[in-house]
Amino acid sequence: MNADAKPVTVTGAKRYSAGVMKYAQMGYWEPDYEPKETDIIALFRITPQDGVDAVEAAAAVAGESSTATWTVVWTDRLTACEKYRAKAYRVDPVPNSPGEFFAYIAYDLDLFEPGSIANLTASIIGNVFGFKPLKALRLEDMRLPVAYVKTFQGPATGIVVERERLNCYGRPLLGATVKPKLGLSGRNYGRVVYEALKGGLDFTKDDENINSQPFMHWRDRFLYCMEAVSRASAATGEVKGTYLNVTAGTMEAMYERAEFAKDLGSVIVMIDLVIGYTAIQSMAKWARDNDMILHLHRAGHSTYTRQRSHGVSFRVIAKWMRLAGVDHLHAGTVVGKLEGDPATTKGFYDIFREERNPMALENGIFFDQEWASLNKMLPVASGGIHAGQMHQLVHYLGEDVVLQFGGGTIGHPQGIEAGATANRVALEAMIYARNAGRDYMNEGPDILKDAARTCTPLKQALETWKDVTFDYTSTDAPDFAPTPQVSQ
Amino acid sequence: MRVTQGTFSFLPDFTDEQIHTQAQYAIDNGWAVSVEYTDDPHPRNTYWEMWGHPMFDNPDAAAAVFEVNECRKAHHSKYIRVIAFDPSPGWESIRMSFIVNRPKDEPGFRLIREEKEGRSIRYTIQSYASDRPEGQRYG
Repeated sequence: MNADAKPVTVTGAKRYSAGVMKYAQMGYWEPDYEPKETDIIALFRITPQDGVDAVEAAAAVAGESSTATWTVVWTDRLTACEKYRAKAYRVDPVPNSPGEFFAYIAYDLDLFEPGSIANLTASIIGNVFGFKPLKALRLEDMRLPVAYVKTFQGPATGIVVERERLNCYGRPLLGATVKPKLGLSGRNYGRVVYEALKGGLDFTKDDENINSQPFMHWRDRFLYCMEAVSRASAATGEVKGTYLNVTAGTMEAMYERAEFAKDLGSVIVMIDLVIGYTAIQSMAKWARDNDMILHLHRAGHSTYTRQRSHGVSFRVIAKWMRLAGVDHLHAGTVVGKLEGDPATTKGFYDIFREERNPMALENGIFFDQEWASLNKMLPVASGGIHAGQMHQLVHYLGEDVVLQFGGGTIGHPQGIEAGATANRVALEAMIYARNAGRDYMNEGPDILKDAARTCTPLKQALETWKDVTFDYTSTDAPDFAPTPQVSQ
Repeated sequence: MRVTQGTFSFLPDFTDEQIHTQAQYAIDNGWAVSVEYTDDPHPRNTYWEMWGHPMFDNPDAAAAVFEVNECRKAHHSKYIRVIAFDPSPGWESIRMSFIVNRPKDEPGFRLIREEKEGRSIRYTIQSYASDRPEGQRYG
């Protein structure tokens, strides 16, 4: 890359003469560097300003995200500065994207405080994202060494223990977000929870912006919801849950709400991504200490994950959240109303659920990643999905996932309980067919039609939503493969 | 009421052939199939009685169906479930669990509300059938 430029690190006393020097000459571009097993590696997509050399831009990113400032400082010499400098070691042009480059940058483990996402992100996505010589910058992926992974708690509960606690095996979990998301009183809100759980769902969910508003204060919601959960549990003999959103303005308020949820017997609480990384880690610790499943709603992520040229890829957010210790996280549906190219979404799901992720460029995964026995996160698929898509959902998303049908439950013509039953019957029929070896992806509509013969609510659901699809081109697709779109 | 625990409780009760299909799926995945029964279907009753050990080295679901029917002969009026254990690293727990026999009459559960300070309530779920001693609860 850029064979003409050949920037070389300046060494000796000349390196520390007062003044300004190219980043690539200061030791932030080391093309021969071989990352150590314990290095953290970041892959950035960089778009340099016109006239800025790609290698110099990559070196600048390495510099600004580690030890550098805009000028030479003699105080570097008081430190083991060569160790602390991040090193850009590889720059590749992005396929089919003129002006964009992938820059691989390695960071020594000692640059980071153990067990702190806040500290990691303050470096990696700190000042550097406003750096003027770049038009745009995106953090695409990270390789987190085992030595670093092991400094984090990881998911408070994990998929296996969550299933054991819920006594629910062999099929995706089913959920629904209570709608309308704003305006219901506590008493009316609990009605939706009761009907949906009694009808066959495992979970209902507060929406991200349901906290404690004039129309429904949080204690009211918690009390009515737990009445509904307990009634539904008694009516079915199943463990049921509702994600009580404890998001609040202060940590103290969140702890107070979480404690109340626990006292009432809830199996799960919920937080929003916008509370911040440190608050998320605190709640994950609380959840581990209190036998509680922790659901995270990724409110706000699209402000920085959706555009390909600038921001942070969701796959990186997913890795950080697995470290931080949440149990549930929304990750796309492929077929629903929200962003989600199938290949990219598969990459997210693998990060959530696998013991190790081998490099898979076609899924946007740039590095081998070992998770070192950290618990697995349960992906949540939510947004514009319905019973008629069950074969596609099982095919794309697999078994360890929460399928959340909000409108697809509450919008059922015969009511919420019927909507829930339709979803549960469709799901069990599809899992049965899959296990029996049928080509369920192609025979899906027939399998559903057969199941509907003994289930009127499913028949009505299939008729109501038979043609509903959201078929738009994805904005966040992998760079290394054709990008198939779901067409139905 | 109908206790809807398990992977397939919302489908019509399985025939032996259907049980075979699902048990074979578990076996083909390398999971050990096991039969358990209880007369206490509380949602948090984890430990149902074991009808023998999990069938670790059994390649044929017919043996599982045979054990289900043997268990039915002895415990026809109780809940019987088929479960599948996956011993692989990172899982080491159950992969499937489905009910294959249930009492003719399922009386369901009583919800007991202990009213506490403020408006708080502590909820307890109790099977109506478990008022009677073990072994005398159904039919």
